[in-house]
Amino acid sequence: MHKIFIRSFVSSLVLLFTLTVGAVAKDVKAAFVYIGPTGDHGWTYQHDVGRKAVEDAGFKTTYVEGVPESADAERVLRQLANSGHDIIFTTSFGYMNPTNKVAKEFPNVKFEHATGYKREHSNVSTYAARFYEGRTILGTIAGTMTKSNVIGYVASFPIPEVIRGINSFTLAAQKVNPNIKTKIVWAFTWYDPGKEAEAAKALIDQGADVIAQHTDSTAIVQIAEKAGIYAFGQASDMDKFAPKAVLTSVENNWGPYYVDRVKAVANGTWSQKDTWHGIGDGMVVISGLDSQMPADLQSKVKKLQADLASGKVHSFTGPIYDQKGNLMVAEGKTADDGMLAGMMTYVKGVEGDIPN
Amino acid sequence: MIQIVKRDQPSRVVFFLTPVLAILLTLIAGGLIFYILGFKPFEALKFFFIVPIADMYGFSELLLKATPLCLIAIGLSFCFKSNNWNIGAEGQLTFGAIVSGGVALLFYNQEGFYILPIVIFAGAIGGMLYASIPAILKTYFNTNEILVSLMLVYVSKLILDYLVVGPWSNPEGFNFPETRQFSDSARLPILIEGLRIHAGIFLALAAVAISWFIFYKTYLGFQMKVSGFSLKTAKYAGYKGKKMIILVFLISGACAGLAGVGEITGPIGQLHREISPDYGFTAIIVAFLGRLHPVGIIFASLVVAITYLGAETAQIFMQIPKYTGQVFQGMILFFLLASDYLLFFKFKFVGSKK
Repeated sequence: MHKIFIRSFVSSLVLLFTLTVGAVAKDVKAAFVYIGPTGDHGWTYQHDVGRKAVEDAGFKTTYVEGVPESADAERVLRQLANSGHDIIFTTSFGYMNPTNKVAKEFPNVKFEHATGYKREHSNVSTYAARFYEGRTILGTIAGTMTKSNVIGYVASFPIPEVIRGINSFTLAAQKVNPNIKTKIVWAFTWYDPGKEAEAAKALIDQGADVIAQHTDSTAIVQIAEKAGIYAFGQASDMDKFAPKAVLTSVENNWGPYYVDRVKAVANGTWSQKDTWHGIGDGMVVISGLDSQMPADLQSKVKKLQADLASGKVHSFTGPIYDQKGNLMVAEGKTADDGMLAGMMTYVKGVEGDIPN
Repeated sequence: MIQIVKRDQPSRVVFFLTPVLAILLTLIAGGLIFYILGFKPFEALKFFFIVPIADMYGFSELLLKATPLCLIAIGLSFCFKSNNWNIGAEGQLTFGAIVSGGVALLFYNQEGFYILPIVIFAGAIGGMLYASIPAILKTYFNTNEILVSLMLVYVSKLILDYLVVGPWSNPEGFNFPETRQFSDSARLPILIEGLRIHAGIFLALAAVAISWFIFYKTYLGFQMKVSGFSLKTAKYAGYKGKKMIILVFLISGACAGLAGVGEITGPIGQLHREISPDYGFTAIIVAFLGRLHPVGIIFASLVVAITYLGAETAQIFMQIPKYTGQVFQGMILFFLLASDYLLFFKFKFVGSKK
């Protein structure tokens, strides 16, 4: 009798233990709100790859795709918060105000907003990637591979994120080839294969033999493939869409961050923060280098990648001058995050004006 | 044997029954699609059409979503009844929102009871101005209003893009494409604390009442009806066609502009690049599903609104792709047009002759 009691007591303890641990570790549910379809092979696609990493780590996930940044975003967020989700990732800038508004109503749910700056409540974090580090790599490759010394760049919207990318790219290209010029075409879209293709054609007509892009579709690399020039993949590895043209891609790798944050909720260690990760933390990943690149360039790129990761090299190291020749960053100094966050002037060597 | 016979006169009963038939057929076809995709059809339909409005909050969201659809569709019914094909309500909505948003931004740091009426008025004027372009081009230059009004939609979105990226962007907003938030005095009052349903719904209901009065109690309504049936008859009767074209476009534009005001001064509270998930286009479906009748449009806007909410719920709880919501909207219109066949033809059962 006594033995049975002890045995059942022990087994129920074990059961209780597994239940509690299980409940803490596995019952956390994460939700993702996407601006586009998961099959866009760009921005949303990469976030969904990150979501799958969270699933692989043993957590349940939900996603809603194609959520407009109109009044609908708030309803989707509230519904997700109301239906048992513990952490919600909102993956487009336009969700910033709805995210903060709904976060106020659901203090027990954690919110993670990509690319924004508002953290009005303690349960809102923001995160973004230092894509400009990837563009330092692309600039180095472009400056070396160009023969016409004209490099094309399809930009989306004149916001600091994009200007920063253009500058980082141009500075790196100038370092290996002082004669290059960066020509910009503004597509005023994040994703519109038709417009992006038009922009790429316009740049080719102006003599560009390497094209970089800050838009999401695969149209530009495909145009480059047809024209027999070089290009770079954006957001995901686009090599398979244009095997000859694509020299490398800058991939957005959200998985590690997502897993990390969901685990933090599970462990009760989640706290508000503003994350800006680059190559070093693995949020920005450089895809495999194309074999058309000379061996010395490949090794140079690999070293640069390692130096950017370790912090030995910074994308914005002085002296940096703006288009008019005014000093932006003094010799030996690097641009601080505040300057990077608000960057709205071109560096020397970029052609044209920022549209306003 | 079944024979298809032309009706002498379109049946009135069928006229109001076909929308119901179209909705039923959509439900059946939708269930079938869910089944083929590997989802339980009844469960999917439940998450699509019942779960989203099962509580007070859900119901208030339905009304919130239906408000702009109803308002725009009422305006469009003026145009459609009188044979004017205004396809550009989305542009009139956007331009109305731009004008009223611009006024709201002027008062961004002020409070006062007079601000909201000015902001609302500005939105109606903006929508009217924008709708007057296709109307004037049609009356004086004989251009096709379908093309002009449609193309102007894209123009209006580019204007909005330019403004929120450039001159109107929030000075403290790190150059992101959005304006300042409007002051509370420029926001439509919330009707029930904790919900998003706002006073804009009264604008929609007023539009319903006024349009019913104009359609069925005034000479203008009669003129519109005659022009809708036959432009030649209208001309013969001596109606001033040009004046009416411009008038119905202005009414339509004002309604769309007010819908834009409702969005930006209601749930959104600022201008940014995406203020409407194509309400102006969806409202065309609503207008026809509602048979261009004010009361019909109320019901139609609720039915179409629920396809938006249902698509979200179905994705959250059943992982059904959210774009099925648009499939449902398309199916409703398709089945409505298809069942309109019954308006003009009837099936006759006749004994087979040997």
